[in-house]
Amino acid sequence: MRRGLFLCVISIVPCLAAGAILAQDAPRLRGPQPFTKETPAPPMQRQVTDDVRVGRNYPDQPPVIPHSIEGYAVDLNGNKCMSCHARKFTEQSQAPMISVTHYQDRAGNTLGGLAPRRYVCVSCHVPQTTAKPLVENVFTDMDAITEPERQPERRRR
Amino acid sequence: MDLTRRTVLKAQAAAAAASAANVVLPASAQNIATGEDIQIQWSKAPCRFCGTGCGVMVGVKDGRVVATHGDMQAEVNRGLNCVKGYFLSKIMYGSDRLTQPLMRMKNGQYAKDGEFQPVSWDQAFDEMARQWKRVLKEKGPEAVGMFGSGQWTIWEGYAASKLMRAGFRTNNLDPNARHCMASAAVTFIRTFGMDEPMGCYDDFENADAFVLWGSNMAEMHPILWTRVTDRRLSHPHVRIATLSTYEHRTTDLSDMAVIFKPNSDLAIMNYIANYIIQNGAVNREFVEKHCNFRLANTDIGYGLRPDNVLEQRAQHANDAQVSQPASFDEYAKLVSQYTVEKASELSGVPKERLEALAKIYADPKTKVMSLWTMGFNQHVRGVWANHMVYNLHLLTGKISEPGNSPFSLTGQPSACGTAREVGTFSHRLPADMQVNNPEHRKHAEEIWKLPHGLLPDKVGYHAVQQDRMLKDGKLNAYWIMVNNNLQTAPNTNNETYPGYRNPANFIVVSDAYPTVTAMAADLILPAAMWVEKEGAYGNAERRTHFWHQLVNAPGEARSDLWQLMEFSKRFTTDEVWPAQILDANPQYKGKSLFDVLFANGEVDKFPLSEINAAYENPESKAFGFYVQKGLFEEYASFGRGHGHDLAPFDFYHEVRGLRWPVVDGRETLWRYREGYDPYVEKGSGIQFYGNPDKKANIVGAPYEPPAESPDAEYDLWLVTGRVLEHWHSGSMTLRVPELYKAFPGAVVFMHPDDAAKRNLRRGQEVRVISRRGEIRSRVETRGRNRVPPGLIFVPFFDASQLINKVTLDATDPISKQTDFKKCAVKIVAAAMADAGDQQ
Repeated sequence: MRRGLFLCVISIVPCLAAGAILAQDAPRLRGPQPFTKETPAPPMQRQVTDDVRVGRNYPDQPPVIPHSIEGYAVDLNGNKCMSCHARKFTEQSQAPMISVTHYQDRAGNTLGGLAPRRYVCVSCHVPQTTAKPLVENVFTDMDAITEPERQPERRRR
Repeated sequence: MDLTRRTVLKAQAAAAAASAANVVLPASAQNIATGEDIQIQWSKAPCRFCGTGCGVMVGVKDGRVVATHGDMQAEVNRGLNCVKGYFLSKIMYGSDRLTQPLMRMKNGQYAKDGEFQPVSWDQAFDEMARQWKRVLKEKGPEAVGMFGSGQWTIWEGYAASKLMRAGFRTNNLDPNARHCMASAAVTFIRTFGMDEPMGCYDDFENADAFVLWGSNMAEMHPILWTRVTDRRLSHPHVRIATLSTYEHRTTDLSDMAVIFKPNSDLAIMNYIANYIIQNGAVNREFVEKHCNFRLANTDIGYGLRPDNVLEQRAQHANDAQVSQPASFDEYAKLVSQYTVEKASELSGVPKERLEALAKIYADPKTKVMSLWTMGFNQHVRGVWANHMVYNLHLLTGKISEPGNSPFSLTGQPSACGTAREVGTFSHRLPADMQVNNPEHRKHAEEIWKLPHGLLPDKVGYHAVQQDRMLKDGKLNAYWIMVNNNLQTAPNTNNETYPGYRNPANFIVVSDAYPTVTAMAADLILPAAMWVEKEGAYGNAERRTHFWHQLVNAPGEARSDLWQLMEFSKRFTTDEVWPAQILDANPQYKGKSLFDVLFANGEVDKFPLSEINAAYENPESKAFGFYVQKGLFEEYASFGRGHGHDLAPFDFYHEVRGLRWPVVDGRETLWRYREGYDPYVEKGSGIQFYGNPDKKANIVGAPYEPPAESPDAEYDLWLVTGRVLEHWHSGSMTLRVPELYKAFPGAVVFMHPDDAAKRNLRRGQEVRVISRRGEIRSRVETRGRNRVPPGLIFVPFFDASQLINKVTLDATDPISKQTDFKKCAVKIVAAAMADAGDQQ
């Protein structure tokens, strides 16, 4: 059904098919065709919970969260994320320690613990679902530019 | 990392063997890149997303953006970005970027019912110009219009304003910022005579209390929220109170979450004003010296179509903006009706909590920063709501000094810089001037070197009115730039889409990606985005900041600036200006609009040699002069010496932005107060110099109900909005895999009891139905938003769940901004609804 709808989009607008749409969720980007039609809502996606670290696109990218954070409280009473990722707990939890940048205040002074400005972890670190990307992203990793011969299997992201 | 384990092991084995043999391998054989390979060219730019205006460092290698990070030198964010900002590197690289113009064609010719086919820029502009000329000839300038954006760069908005107002002689130019902060902008002018906040982000580090009115900063302004949390967690006396119609990530970190019934914020603020007066907390000296009192017209309708019964019944639907001078006593009498009992009854908030809130404002020793965004602005009484919060700050004199700050946050990166300061609203000119003021028009004509009497005096169609006029066939040639209005306008099935597909209309959309809006257009023009062009934005704290072009746009994509200027070449003055004006000013005869608007001796003043040779600038190369500099300097002459002073063009490329007015090279952090603002006369202390008497207006208004409330059939409030991971309609962020996977589709946030009552489970497919339309979605009873019974929240980023088919096109009657936060809906299980359809 959704596949049929997708093909119909392509046949109406042949030249827009240049950027290949990966999943069958074209309406998520371009809307239903025709506009006035209602599309069924795909099932909610499952969270990725395999705890396998995902590589970064570039050094400053905040790593994504490979586990569920459902019910994690980050409020005035406490910060659940820090119960594993704080320096003093990482040996026990084997979770990555928060980055050293997270100890710095606005002026760049290093503090003895998590800087209050970094308190809300989920502003930058987000969990992932198993959703398949809607469209390919051709961002190129800098390593693939500088030494393509050494990155034979590195795909462009 | 997609390095295979095998490759790594091979490289490591080679290195180990070499070091054992004491041989130095060439760099290419080592497993660590060195030298040139790891060099990246870094340049500064502001973030592409919200109105916060974070500084970003952008890393470029071989003509591609390969990395971004928060700019340590940028005062706004000092090295931080939110998750969207950290993924800026990938927003330009969705593989379905538009790279050539596409036009609906049949048998080799344009046809409204044709299919999109690639055409050249010449073909595209030829057809577009033909349509514009046809409409101008048949119906005149009022049938031509443009819908722009708070995401336009400053010079793009300025060029658009010149082209529409002076070129085509119409004020049918409005930005999507109308949907976003028109209520704030209008109330600034009504209160202070000048737009934009008096304070700045430095208030975050000086306030003792933060009161958030309809703003979920933790998700919508995450980096400003880091400054609030920093202040709260570093200074134990600091308190945060958050007013909202549901709980969310911001209330998680608030000392006080005040959850009120939709629209009753008006009653709460009037109660606080009443509390301040009753408890002797009025700063008498301040009020007497610096404030006037006025009472607003009441019963002002809801900005719906004039034949709607709600408009016909309203006493002051047609003069909603009018207010009458009043005394302090008359104002006090109005708010005296709002006792704690009444406010509690209307809002559903316990009395003790209301009193605790009132004390924050009443205590002279507590410095208060009030913050608001869409909860206030997207409100059928948005202007009143803005007035009411200023009233609290003015009654107590808590304004224009560090930490005491009523602060309107903006949603878009240049809502202030372009939509407001440049004046791309249907009623505005640059530097807060108005199109219906003859003196202001004359001044603009002088700066633009144009004949007297050229600029149209009639206020043009605002955003919602443009949609209605397209549908009614009164607006026929329409250009949409940098926005996705078919996804974001209200009541789109009935009021927006019909106008786009109306056979009498020719719709052009300039965008980087095929959006919902682009797909409904007749001509799609591929646009350069963000660092694919030289740009300037103005953020919420009056900070103007610049960036250079860092990479080239793909294919034939061109900046909006190039598109606007190139299109102007296709018209001569004789075709678009009245003969009467040309006869009186024969030197303008036979010239192209490009000649009179852009090659006017001002805009073309700066040669290509002034461009920094390290960066590309294709627009300037195309036109033969430094277009961005020429447009900026001409534009800046509107405000210099009038309280809107901007620094010289080149200076902005050196610094991390400056807050205007910039006088003698120094930015202004707090306006209207002596010692901070050079425009305040010595010895006067405070001057609200935007108004002729240098006083601010305290404007009294009552509580009035929303346009639509839940009833027996449509029994739930619908609130729409954003989520952290997606920017507006998602056309950029949905194409970044990490952001998409973090929040892949819209859901209906619903109270578990409401779900249980309807026999719905989490994850079940439902229909969200209003009197206007419906969508299909999935029930979410957990997660980041915790709504009270009787209310649902649905984000608008997902084009497969166009929630704006459901919303109501009611606006604030004064600001004409839509209320996207309040309408009545019902929810039924999708399967059940399907069964119903088959009967």
